[in-house]
Amino acid sequence: MSPESAILTPEERAVLDQSVLVRHRLEEQFRDLDQQHEAASLGMWIFLATEVMFFGSLFLGLGAYRYLYEEAFEKASIKLNWIIGGTNTVVLLVSSLFMVLAVHYVKLARRKELLVCLGLTALLGLLFLALKGLEYYLDYRDNLIPGWRFDPEEWIEKEGLRAEQVPQVELFLMFYWIMTGLHGLHVTLGIAAVLTMLILAWRGHFSPAYYSPVDVTALYWHFVDTVWIFLLPMLYLLGSHTFP
Amino acid sequence: MSTATLEPSSLPLPLEEPKETYLNASRGVMSWLLTKDHKRIALLYLITVTVMFFIGGVAITIVRLNLMTPRGGLVEPDTYNKLFTAHGVIMVFFFLVPVVPTVLGNFCLPLMIGAKDLAFPRINLASWYLFVLGAAWTLFAVLAGGVDTGWTFYTPYSSKSSHYNVIPTMIGVVISGFSSIFTGLNFIVTTHKLRAPGLYWWRLPLFVWTIYATSFIFLLAVPVLAMALILVILERWLHIGVFDPAYGGDPLLFQHLFWFYSHPAVYIMILPGMGIISEVIPCFARKPLFGYTAVALSSFGIATLSFIVWAHHMFVAGISIYAAMIFSILSYMVAVPSAIKVFNWTATLYKGCISFEAPMLFSLGFVALFTAGGLTGLFLASLGMDMHVHDTYFVIAHFHFIMVGGMVMGYMAGLHYWWPKISGRMYSDWWSKMAALIIFVGFFLTFLPQFLLGYAGMPRRYHRYPEEYHVWNVMSSAGASILAVGYALPLFYFLYSLKYGPRAEPNPWHATGLEWQTSSPPPKDNFAETPVVVRGPYEYEAEKAQNEP
Amino acid sequence: MFADNIIWFPQEASTTARDVDIFLYFLISVCGSVGLLVAFLLIYFSIRYRRRPGHLPLPSVRTNVPLELFWTLTPVGIFMVFFVWGATIYFGAYRAPDDATVIYGQGKQWMWKFQHPEGQREINELHVPIGRPIKVLLTSEDVIHSFFVPDFRVHMDVLPDRYTSTWFQPTVAGTYHLFCSQYCGTNHAGMVGTVYVLKPADYQEWLNSHSEGSLALEGRKVFLKYRCISCHSADEHARAPVLENLYGSRVRLNNAESVIADEGYIRESILYPGAKIVAGWQNLMPSFKGQVSEEEIIELIAFIKALGRGQTPPRVESYPPPVTTPPINPTKEKP
Repeated sequence: MSPESAILTPEERAVLDQSVLVRHRLEEQFRDLDQQHEAASLGMWIFLATEVMFFGSLFLGLGAYRYLYEEAFEKASIKLNWIIGGTNTVVLLVSSLFMVLAVHYVKLARRKELLVCLGLTALLGLLFLALKGLEYYLDYRDNLIPGWRFDPEEWIEKEGLRAEQVPQVELFLMFYWIMTGLHGLHVTLGIAAVLTMLILAWRGHFSPAYYSPVDVTALYWHFVDTVWIFLLPMLYLLGSHTFP
Repeated sequence: MSTATLEPSSLPLPLEEPKETYLNASRGVMSWLLTKDHKRIALLYLITVTVMFFIGGVAITIVRLNLMTPRGGLVEPDTYNKLFTAHGVIMVFFFLVPVVPTVLGNFCLPLMIGAKDLAFPRINLASWYLFVLGAAWTLFAVLAGGVDTGWTFYTPYSSKSSHYNVIPTMIGVVISGFSSIFTGLNFIVTTHKLRAPGLYWWRLPLFVWTIYATSFIFLLAVPVLAMALILVILERWLHIGVFDPAYGGDPLLFQHLFWFYSHPAVYIMILPGMGIISEVIPCFARKPLFGYTAVALSSFGIATLSFIVWAHHMFVAGISIYAAMIFSILSYMVAVPSAIKVFNWTATLYKGCISFEAPMLFSLGFVALFTAGGLTGLFLASLGMDMHVHDTYFVIAHFHFIMVGGMVMGYMAGLHYWWPKISGRMYSDWWSKMAALIIFVGFFLTFLPQFLLGYAGMPRRYHRYPEEYHVWNVMSSAGASILAVGYALPLFYFLYSLKYGPRAEPNPWHATGLEWQTSSPPPKDNFAETPVVVRGPYEYEAEKAQNEP
Repeated sequence: MFADNIIWFPQEASTTARDVDIFLYFLISVCGSVGLLVAFLLIYFSIRYRRRPGHLPLPSVRTNVPLELFWTLTPVGIFMVFFVWGATIYFGAYRAPDDATVIYGQGKQWMWKFQHPEGQREINELHVPIGRPIKVLLTSEDVIHSFFVPDFRVHMDVLPDRYTSTWFQPTVAGTYHLFCSQYCGTNHAGMVGTVYVLKPADYQEWLNSHSEGSLALEGRKVFLKYRCISCHSADEHARAPVLENLYGSRVRLNNAESVIADEGYIRESILYPGAKIVAGWQNLMPSFKGQVSEEEIIELIAFIKALGRGQTPPRVESYPPPVTTPPINPTKEKP
């Protein structure tokens, strides 16, 4: 590595390509690591497309019923804890920043920075889950779990809804739990992937010649982040809000 | 070499088995269960889907036996309902949707593009395990208690009323859905990234085009089905009304979500079959495919349009009249690319040099039956006609013409075409032609009367029926027994060929295509060295020119 | 054994049936011709160009753009004809003529129930006269069913918590099958009824021999039974809109939208009253969901349909209003 620039020169790259460590990474059906990397990226993009369809149908259902049952959905949405939701948004966005930096550093062969960035990504992901757990506990305390802890009377008396609107509130809450739960599952899997990358990086598995697993994990992480960006307004921000 | 006689049996030398093939490259059960070789995985799938096919066939055999008399009575009504549901669920999700992509697609795709394997071999193996898990789960649900909602799982019956194993069945289907998603993903990345040098998109064989288009449908449609079924599971389990009107839900929402997947699903079934026909007909007519570009693009036309026609299953479900109109027009549009293919296949025969081995017989049967089925689809796409025949035996006849007369015959054509490549053996010429004929005759006898039944008003899913429908039901059941014989035959002669069939040469049909440039069966890495492609597909012309005196 | 009871074709027993059958013949002619053409070409080419000793394939044509365009565009044209013809039939079958007699039907596992406007009730049977348009207003009490009379070529799904409708005009007297054609459980195949089409004189006789209180009359009783009168009286104590001449009129809502008051609107107002509030009135009406049955709703609808000017029942005594009604605001009592 030349001191002036942190980018590998072509000769250094060629040497790296030939090293046993790197050749070992090459799967036999691929011609070279570049082709393998392109295939891995394309595969992840396509997988994310299917995830869009998966979450998309939930968004469609939520959108359809939100249009039909405006009042019930808005009143229920206000009950959700948008402060924690908002904080979690910031947490995920910052974690995505660190994920991007991780990819940046692996391309520069800066192992220490790579480890730090991966670690922070995972840590922020765990923070997201912890805040989510707290939020779920608060929802439990506030009787927002249809089919388990839910008080129809509260919605009729305090919120002024009619009896036939109570199932609509339950419907909204069901969407809330499914969508955030599914998203949380994806975050958990993402954290597992990031931690796996962390361990592999610590063992020196990655180099500027071979870092596609990190790249692909980053793609997945950004997707998880993006889904949250859509979840937040569709669930938490229906109807108007005032500061509590 | 003269092109006049191409019967493999007329080849002069007995062949020896190639030294190292994918079959003997490693031995032992674990080498199969932990394989990364796409060819072995294709065989694993072959065994699994064949088992599912016969189980689904047994279910419908009992159904058709029950329908031999107007009063029914062979089985209890609930049992009958569980049987036709089992038939539908097994055949759709565990045979028709996976079979050609996972068996023939897995085996042939890398060979056809000159690659060593798929892009993600381990994901390929994982797909198979997911498929087996889903199949086992669903089979258990179907056999231990059964499920009686019909494979369409309409709410509120499935979410509220049915007393049977709805949730386990749906879980099994969702799991197998993930298998499909990963397979589709694999195929797309492979087609994009692993083509041999010189193999431009416009030189790809049609089978690759159709597998590619099918993979897109897998990716975009299957997740929606998974979500629709998961929502029904939650509704059934937690009693929260997504689809239940008593809770403010809408049963029609389920139908929209379900058919958004299930209509493209039927194109998942037929597109690969069309791809096979596009391979076989040029080979056995010794002619390039007529209108290659149009046929290739029509695969994409079908895949794209298939996503926007779903509500033609709902014309009398209570949708608005304007929605009905739009979906009717679009349903007509999706018929156009299919029509183009049929005309192009027919035109390929013109001035050809046609021989009638089993693959060709099955292909001709496909074209005839698919055309007939497709034409009746035009009846169903029209609002005025569907209004009458919706949910009657007319619809059953229509989709069986396409799926059984079309897709299964296409699968048979492909299996017979590539069997020498897969196994290294040739099967009996006479028995295979006999099977093709028996299947064709049995098929007509089974399903043609159902058109009459349908227009005359016999509804679907009835375990007993008024007297006047008796004759046609008997005829249909009789035909089914012939069909059963026809389907059993290949099982015997294929298995027989494995041990006693003559060894196949690398290119017994003298076809073009990269898969024929390697030994039969291929070695583990497919090709000794990466092929370089210099011509387009179906260059039977060039071969002829070479052989002119 | 079979010969005398084979069905080749359903009977043509309604005006719609005639239209559908003519369309069928057209479809069969066109599609049949194309199908036969393809079959013929397949067979002809297979024979003419079969491989024989010494036979070589002729120079091939890879593509012929005019031909391909022809067989791409011609189907599009033909399909448009199919579409327009089919859509026209569907339009006609979708909306009943204004003078159609309305018969109310409910499907439930596993039977059909019908109520005639004159009050006759039938189970698994439907008597209708020749020559008059009959509209069937359908709902389900549990899962989705489907109302299917093959000989009329009439078909409409029957949904829970919603009304769907279809109509027909019988043309031939006789008995015809009524099938449920949407799978609905164990005895789906048993959910079969009979439609009796009678000549007008016979129909009148049938009506007379089965007369009960008309639906509208029963509806009036229901109207009083559930104390609807306590708010919907047409006097100065009314706290709800007058229902006279309501059916078929355009109602202005408090959110500046307006709707036509049809059967669905009336049903919704009874079960989900807060969903649409009439402009100028408050959201006071309690829901009667769970209290009033589907049949009673039908009777109320019939009553409201028949309710003309000045026909609201008088508030004879001051009935206590339904329990869940909010108390009357004293200021509103002033005339």
